[in-house]
Amino acid sequence: MIRLPLVLFFSAFLFSAGVYGVLVRRNAVMVLMAIELMLNAVNVNLVGFSANLKAMSGQVFALFIIAVAAAEVGIGLAIVILLFRNRESINVDEVSLLKW
Amino acid sequence: MTGQEYAFIVLAAVGSISAIATVTARNVVHAALYLVVTLSSVGAVYLLLGAEFVAWVQILIYVGAIVILFLFGLMLTKAPIGRDSLDNQQRWVGVLVAFGVFAGLAYLIQDAFPLQDAVAAPGFRGSTEAVGQSIFHSYVLPFEAVSFLLLAALIGAVVLARKDDET
Amino acid sequence: MVAAETTAVAAASGILKLTWIIALLPVISAALTLFFGKRTPGRGAVYGILALAGSWVLSILVLWHFVQGGGTQASQVEWFNVGPFHLQLGQYIDGLAAVMLVVVTSVSLCVHVYSLGYMHGDKRFTWFYFVLSMFTAAMLDVIIAPNLFQLLIGWEVMGVCSYLLIGHWWEEKENSNASIKAFITTRIGDVPFMFGIFALIAATGFKTSNITEISTMVHTGAIPAGVAAVAAILLFGGTIGKSAQFPLHVWLPDAMAGPTPVSALIHAATMVAAGVYLVGRMYTVFIGAETWVLQTVSIIGAITMLGAALLALVQNDIKRVLAYSTLSQLAYMVAVMGVGPAGRNAAFFHLFTHAFFKALLFLGAGSVIHSVHSNNMSDMGGLRKYMPVTFLTFVIGSLALAGIFPFAGFWSKDELLVSTHDGHMWLFIIMVVTAALTAFYTMRMVWLTFFGAYEGHGHPEESPASMTGPLVFLAAATVGVGFLGSPLLHAPFFKWVYFGEPEAIHFVPWIALLGTAAALGGIALAYAVYKEKRERDPLEGALGPFWGLFQNRYYIDAFYMRAIIYPVRDRLSAAVYWFNQNIIDGVVNGVAALARGVSVVVYWFDRNVIDGFVNAVGSGAEEGGGLLKYLQSGNVQWYAVGLFVGVIALTIIFVRA
Repeated sequence: MIRLPLVLFFSAFLFSAGVYGVLVRRNAVMVLMAIELMLNAVNVNLVGFSANLKAMSGQVFALFIIAVAAAEVGIGLAIVILLFRNRESINVDEVSLLKW
Repeated sequence: MTGQEYAFIVLAAVGSISAIATVTARNVVHAALYLVVTLSSVGAVYLLLGAEFVAWVQILIYVGAIVILFLFGLMLTKAPIGRDSLDNQQRWVGVLVAFGVFAGLAYLIQDAFPLQDAVAAPGFRGSTEAVGQSIFHSYVLPFEAVSFLLLAALIGAVVLARKDDET
Repeated sequence: MVAAETTAVAAASGILKLTWIIALLPVISAALTLFFGKRTPGRGAVYGILALAGSWVLSILVLWHFVQGGGTQASQVEWFNVGPFHLQLGQYIDGLAAVMLVVVTSVSLCVHVYSLGYMHGDKRFTWFYFVLSMFTAAMLDVIIAPNLFQLLIGWEVMGVCSYLLIGHWWEEKENSNASIKAFITTRIGDVPFMFGIFALIAATGFKTSNITEISTMVHTGAIPAGVAAVAAILLFGGTIGKSAQFPLHVWLPDAMAGPTPVSALIHAATMVAAGVYLVGRMYTVFIGAETWVLQTVSIIGAITMLGAALLALVQNDIKRVLAYSTLSQLAYMVAVMGVGPAGRNAAFFHLFTHAFFKALLFLGAGSVIHSVHSNNMSDMGGLRKYMPVTFLTFVIGSLALAGIFPFAGFWSKDELLVSTHDGHMWLFIIMVVTAALTAFYTMRMVWLTFFGAYEGHGHPEESPASMTGPLVFLAAATVGVGFLGSPLLHAPFFKWVYFGEPEAIHFVPWIALLGTAAALGGIALAYAVYKEKRERDPLEGALGPFWGLFQNRYYIDAFYMRAIIYPVRDRLSAAVYWFNQNIIDGVVNGVAALARGVSVVVYWFDRNVIDGFVNAVGSGAEEGGGLLKYLQSGNVQWYAVGLFVGVIALTIIFVRA
C-alpha cells in the first residue's frame, strides 16, 4: 500500500497551491477554484488516514466535505453573480469598500 | 516501493502540476480544465487508497457538477482573459506565503510521520456497503444536518442570485 | 348469553381505554381550523363538526359501557417527577365522567352545527370555530382528568376561551368590558382554587395530585378533617367563580355580550357546570371535611338560587333572563350538593337535564335574536306565527325549565326536592319558592316573545335548517333524558352516577305534586299578569321599591365598582401621584441642590485635569488610528496573507515550544 507521509505531502502541496491561488487571483471565480483545491487537499488527508487507520470515519467525513463544498460553491457563485450584476466586475481587489 | 506507490507518485505528480497550472493559467477556461485534471487525479488517488465510493462521488460531484458550475460562473460574469488582469500585484508575496505554508506543513508531516520510518499498511478497502453502514448507523444526524445545509444553500443561492422585481 | 355479554363488556372497556381520544379530537380540529381553516371551503367549520361528531359517537360508546354495568377505568402515563411528587397525564372514567362526556359532546356538536347559521358571514368565523373546538377540548380534559393538575389545565384553558368568546365582537367597548369582567371575576375564584390544590398536595406529603389517591387518604383519615375543610372551602372558591355563585355571580349576565351559541355552550351547559362537577368530583374531600363546609355550600347555593330567580323577573333582555335563570339553576345544584351523597347525585341529574334544556333555550333565543336583530323582549312578540319550529322547541325547553311533567326538568327538580325534604326543610322551602318564580319568569319570557303582537322592525323569518336542526335534536333530548332518572322507570341514571354505593330512588307523590303545583301556580300568575298588552311592565307597579332594587341587581355590581374597582383605580393613582409629587420630587430637588454645590468644585477639576487627560487620549488615538488605517486596505487578499502568515508564525512558535 501507499505510505502515509507520501499522501500527506501530496495533500500539503495541493493545499499550498490553493493558498497561492487564493492570495493571488483577482477573479473571484478563480479564488473559488483555489478554495476547492484546498478542500480537496483536506479530503486527500482524510482518505489517506482512513486507509491507514482502517476506519470508515475518514471516508464519511470526506463525503460530508464534498457535500458542504457543493453548497459552498453554489452560494459562492450566487454571490459572485450578484457582485457582477451590481459592480460590472468580479475582481476581488476592486471590492474594497470596507476600509477607512 | 510497491506498484501502488509508483502509480500514486505518477498521479500525484499529474495532480500537483495541474494544480499549479490551475492557479497560474492565463486563461480562465484553461484554469477550469486544469482543475478537472487535478480533481480527476485526486479521484484516482482515492481509488488507490481503497475509497471507491468517495472516488466516484469525487468524479460525479466535482468534475461533473462543480466544475460545470464554475464554467457557468465564468461565462455569466464575462471574465477577462490575460495574465495581468488575472493576478494582482502581490504575486511574489503570494509565492512566499504559499511556500511558507508548504514548508511548515512538510516539516510537521516529517516531524510526526517520518518518511524513512513509514511502513505501507496492508490493503484496506472501504466498500460502498461499509460507507453506507457507517453513514446510516453512526452518522445519521450529521447526514441529516448536511441535507438541511444543502437545502439552505439551495434557497440561499436562489434568493441571492435572482433578479429583484423591477417595481 | 352470559358469554356474549362478557365479550360485549370487554369490547366496551377496550373503548374505555381510548376515552382520551374524545378529548384529543377537538384539539386536532382546533389545530386544523387554525392552520388550514381559512383555505378550507366553508371557512373551516367542517373540522370542528367532524371531530365533535366523532367524539360524540365515542362518548355514547363509553356511556354504553356503563349502561351495561361496566366498572370504572383509570389509566395514566408518567409526565414528570419533582422530588417525591409524581405528575401523570391520563384519564379516570366513571359513570359520572361518561355522562358528562355525552352532555358536553352533544351540546358542543349542536352548537358547532348551529353556529354555521348563526355566525354566517362573521369576519372572525374561522377564529370562532377554533376557540369553540379548543374550549370543548379543555372541558373534556376537565372531565377525564385523573389528577388536579390536569384538571387545572383544562380549567384555565376554558377560562381563556370563555374570555375570547365573550369578547368575540370586541369592537364594541361593552363587549370587551364584559369579557374582562368575566375573566377577572372568575380569576378571583381561581386563586383560592389553586391554593386548594396546593393544600391538598401538601396534605399528601407532596406525593401526588391524583384525585382517587387524595380521596382515599381523606377517607382513611390520613388527611385530617380540618385540613380537608380548608382545602374544600378553597376548592369551592373555584366553583363560586366558574359556576357564577354569589358573590362572584356578576360576570355571567354580562357574559351574554358574547355570541348566543357561546352563551349556550359555555355559559349555560358546560363551563359553568364545571364548578359543580368539581365539587362532585372532590366530594370525598367535602364529605370528609368538617360539617360547616357543606353547610356553607348549601347557604351560598340558596342565596344565589333565590336572588337570581328574583332578578330574572324584571329583565327585558331575553338572554339576561336566561342568564339569571342559569345562575338560579346552577345554584340548585350547588345547594343540593351540600345535602349529602343523595343530593350530589340529584344535583348531577339536574346538571345533566339542565344542560340540554338550557342549551335548547339559549339556541332558541339565538334563533329569535338572529331573526329580529334585537335582544330585547320589548322588540319581540307574536313570533310564534313566524317561527313555528323555534316556538315549539322553545316552549318545550321552557316547560322543562319550569318543571312541568313529563319534561326533563320535572324529574330532576323532583329528585332535588326529594333529596332535601328530609332534614333540610329551610332549603326545601326556598327551592319550592324558587321553582314557582322560575315558572313565572319562564312564562313571562315565552309570552312576551312569542305571543301578542310583533313589536319589532322588519319581517322576522324562521332560521335556516342548520339552526333549527340542533333545536329539534335538543328538544327531543329534553323530552327524553328526564326518564333516565325517573323513579318510575327504576332510574337508570343513578345506577351510573353514584357516590359510594348506588342507592334506591324513591318516588314521593306529595313532593311531585307540590313541585308541579308551584310550577303551575307560577305559570298561571304570569299568564294573569301578562295576558293583556300594557305599555309598562305590570310588575313595576306590583313590586314597588323592589323593582328598582332588582333592576340594579341589588346594587352588587355598583357596590363592587364603588367599593373595590374605583377606589383601587382612583385612590391608588391619587396616592401614587401624591407620592410622586412630594416624596420623589423632594428627593430629586434635594439631590439637585447638593449636586449644584458639588458641581462648581468638580467643574474646575474637570476642565483642567480630566479634560487634559481625555484630550491627550483622544488625540493619541487619532494619531495612532491615522497610522494604522493603512492596514485596513479593504483588500481581502491582503487580509488572507496576514491570516496565513499568522498561522505559519503560530506553527513555528508551537513546534519550537
